[in-house]
Amino acid sequence: MNACLEVRNLSVTFTNSVQTTTAVDGVSYAIRPGEIVSFVGESGSGKTVTQLATMQLIASPPGKIRSGEVLLDGMNILRFAPNSLQMRAVRGGSIGMVFQEPMTSLNPIKTIGSLLMESIMLHHRCAEKEAKQRAVELLEKVGIPDAEARLANYPHQFSGGMRQRIMIAIALSGDPQVIIADEPTTALDVTMQAQILELLVDVVKQTGAALILVTHNLGIVARYTERIYVMYAGRIVESGSTADIFRQPAHPYTRGLLAAIPRLDDPRDRKLIPIEGVPLNPANRPAGCPFAPRCRYARESCAQGQPPELTEIGTEHLSACVHSLETLDQMDASHEQPRFSREKTVGENMLEVEHLVVRYPLKGAFFRPKKHVTILDDVSFAVRRGETVGLVGESGCGKTTVARSILRVIPEAQGIVRFNGVDLNTLRAGELRRERRKLQMIFQDPFSSIDPRMRASELIGEPLKIFKLVDNRAAYERRVEELFRLVGLDPAYGDRVAHEFSGGQRQRIGIARALACNPELIVCDEPISALDVSIQAQIINLLEELQQKMGLTYLFIAHDLSVVKHISDRIIVMYLGQIVEMAECEALYRRPLHPYTRALLSAVPIPDPSVEAGRRSELLTGEVPSVMNRPSGCCFADRCPHAGEECRRSRPPLREAEPGHYTACFLSKGGFQ
Amino acid sequence: MVRYILRRLAQSAIVVLLVSLFAFSLLYLMPGDPVYAMMGGDITQEQYDIAYQQLGLDRPVIERYFDWIGSFLQGDFGRSYQNRMPVRDMIAARLPITLYLGFLSILISTAVGVIFGVIASTRRGKLSDAIITVFANLGAAVPLFWLAVMGMYVFSLKLGLLPAYGFSFPTQGLEMSIKQCILPVSVLSVGAISGMTRQTRSSMLEVIAQDYIRAARAKGLPEGRVVRSHALPNALIPVITLVGISFRNLVAGSVSVEKIFSIPGMGSMLINAVLSKDVAVTQACILIIAVVICLSNLLVDISYAWLDPRIRLQ
Repeated sequence: MNACLEVRNLSVTFTNSVQTTTAVDGVSYAIRPGEIVSFVGESGSGKTVTQLATMQLIASPPGKIRSGEVLLDGMNILRFAPNSLQMRAVRGGSIGMVFQEPMTSLNPIKTIGSLLMESIMLHHRCAEKEAKQRAVELLEKVGIPDAEARLANYPHQFSGGMRQRIMIAIALSGDPQVIIADEPTTALDVTMQAQILELLVDVVKQTGAALILVTHNLGIVARYTERIYVMYAGRIVESGSTADIFRQPAHPYTRGLLAAIPRLDDPRDRKLIPIEGVPLNPANRPAGCPFAPRCRYARESCAQGQPPELTEIGTEHLSACVHSLETLDQMDASHEQPRFSREKTVGENMLEVEHLVVRYPLKGAFFRPKKHVTILDDVSFAVRRGETVGLVGESGCGKTTVARSILRVIPEAQGIVRFNGVDLNTLRAGELRRERRKLQMIFQDPFSSIDPRMRASELIGEPLKIFKLVDNRAAYERRVEELFRLVGLDPAYGDRVAHEFSGGQRQRIGIARALACNPELIVCDEPISALDVSIQAQIINLLEELQQKMGLTYLFIAHDLSVVKHISDRIIVMYLGQIVEMAECEALYRRPLHPYTRALLSAVPIPDPSVEAGRRSELLTGEVPSVMNRPSGCCFADRCPHAGEECRRSRPPLREAEPGHYTACFLSKGGFQ
Repeated sequence: MVRYILRRLAQSAIVVLLVSLFAFSLLYLMPGDPVYAMMGGDITQEQYDIAYQQLGLDRPVIERYFDWIGSFLQGDFGRSYQNRMPVRDMIAARLPITLYLGFLSILISTAVGVIFGVIASTRRGKLSDAIITVFANLGAAVPLFWLAVMGMYVFSLKLGLLPAYGFSFPTQGLEMSIKQCILPVSVLSVGAISGMTRQTRSSMLEVIAQDYIRAARAKGLPEGRVVRSHALPNALIPVITLVGISFRNLVAGSVSVEKIFSIPGMGSMLINAVLSKDVAVTQACILIIAVVICLSNLLVDISYAWLDPRIRLQ
């Protein structure tokens, strides 16, 4: 079949006062009607810029399309000026676009009706009345209930998932041949991610449009797409059908990505193999293959001359590597697959949390009963010495509030937090400070959690001074250097400040800072979610090694279930401020007892199309309700496919259904399986 | 929304009340005898005694305050000892002039400033942006009186195109009125135009970088419409704050412009009153300025809500 969108030799550069950076370097691809194709790569790989360039949406200056053709039905649309009538007919007409951030991609001062009708009237040249009717149809199609009434609402009156649905409706409004979805679900929770992707796939099947899905998530790729383009440093390094690429990845970068990501179906002892180094900065492009500096298979000749061209190695399977598939396989066979020994001695309870409640008073009017909003509702659990407990749940479920309550930074927290047998809530300020040394935290965002004006050595050494852990200058410097090495940083970088480090390095600084005071328990609050895929594995491995070396205990908070599964010994699942299930890692993933856990697990795509094909998905409908109107019975009853009368009436207690496996569900006794 | 406005009005009333306390105490905080402060020094003992009674200095302070505020609310602002006429008449003669010039200047500076700001931001880095930015900085740096004197020198004395001084309303002769207004209004507007231009430019640049502008372009909207209908309304909020601030000058007027062009406005009256310790006039001016500032702040907040539904629907 002929391609409906073909890009030939596209190159894009960005120029600032210092230099010209090639962000997209000779990219060619073709999309057939009705196809679902993905572009995969890490940040800076040029996957988004490529898509924006085909639409001529690059800000110019500083951006410039250097060369290339974009053929839409055989016509080169790069011929047209960016703001010409023809180009505008393509944008939003033949090609619709869905962006990454639903929270900021809708104009806050316009009603969604006007946003939608604006596009409809532009591309269909119809009257307002007709446009309105069409807008209602589109909103119904993307699953916005009560569509007609909601036309008059503003974007901030919708949740993130709903806003992304509206974005999809806008993209559909011009009856596009191609829809480009740029990381459409990266900002959303996993159950919402599944809903939105199902919707996109449904929509393109109905309309016959092709879908370009730009993402860094290989699981999504495996579950939803037919063909893949893998990008690195502005170039396509491998392309082929999803099945081929997952079965026989032909480029070292693709192999590296697959080895670096944790999977939901991993065996317990799998050790991630990170891609060493950091993604290439396109501003300093080396000679030869751009991936060579990070490549395990690289030969000397790889770093010389021109980068390798894409060559065909199978039907429609192209790779830009000098090595053949066989060579790569042989080299892989000679590498020993590292295994991770999970044997550890788990001791007595180190942290005990009992009946933790956090509620905030709502600002009300005079003479009205004071209302409260409950963020955490009777949370109890324990962490044993030496183990890693994973705390998962979607945004707003209270995971971070649990972390902060444990560290006692939330004055509203009620309940008992016992650390080494001492209730932290009864301690006075000075005593608490001493205990806090043993309780450290690693934060989510390495970009904002580090003082930008402090040097790395000061950052890491600060806790030593605060807790007076060293006696003299020499000991201080020795300890700082030791900490640098411990987290895999070069002590020579001690004089640098935060912005001179990459995200992964900054997170290492955060870890070293937490380790500085010899903590017993480290609360890791989403420590890797702000990092690139290949860097995530580096940090996970570092955390695991440190645990083995130093006997640390982790409370690991994350929304990514594959990561939590990989790192944790036990897992706690939270929903709407309550614990709904708590079990040993293996047991939980093998036999989840709570309907929410089941839905959550089935929403996570596994980066392997052959596994995905055999999975039955149990999609959750609706959204997490607001904590403002918490359901009276089981917090999950409104969305639970199995909920009965009892569930809506009273709250199920967390009880031990099987040895060590706790669940808060009435039905798990036997009625529901 | 109505409740919001009512609440803000109540807040404004409290502010005005506090200012009125301050204005009232002015008479007693000033050095010297309040009677002399009110009547001037050259009065007979007989006049002094009458004034003493009229001012109610024999009564408790609270009572006097309520009397004073009561007569204020009825429109009796007292008498100016200097001009020997009711303050109300003085204000009635001068306030309209100041308001007229002020409104014209705000209208012009907002329109011109926003247009320049939009042009500069949409042509960022190009020649037109550079020229506008340079002139905006120049306009902010140039002293008002220098501009006024230079304008008078060039357009009145050298070219003879415009009258050098005086003021009349359009009803008193349209052509003369326009000619007399051109110089003072322009001089009053230059600083405000610079401020508006710079504020509009920077907030437009911020808005244009937002995701929803890219999304609007991805819909295929013409660039003009993206700027006008998607970017500008979002960029106007900080600009409105600036307009609100310039309302303050509206009543106080600009002393130097009024002096140089011999315009009988509020600014010169206020300065004269302060310098000659004409307490009744000063008090009236303070209260009028306070009321106008409160009202302008209220207007600014209402227009925020009008522009941004997130504020409106809170």
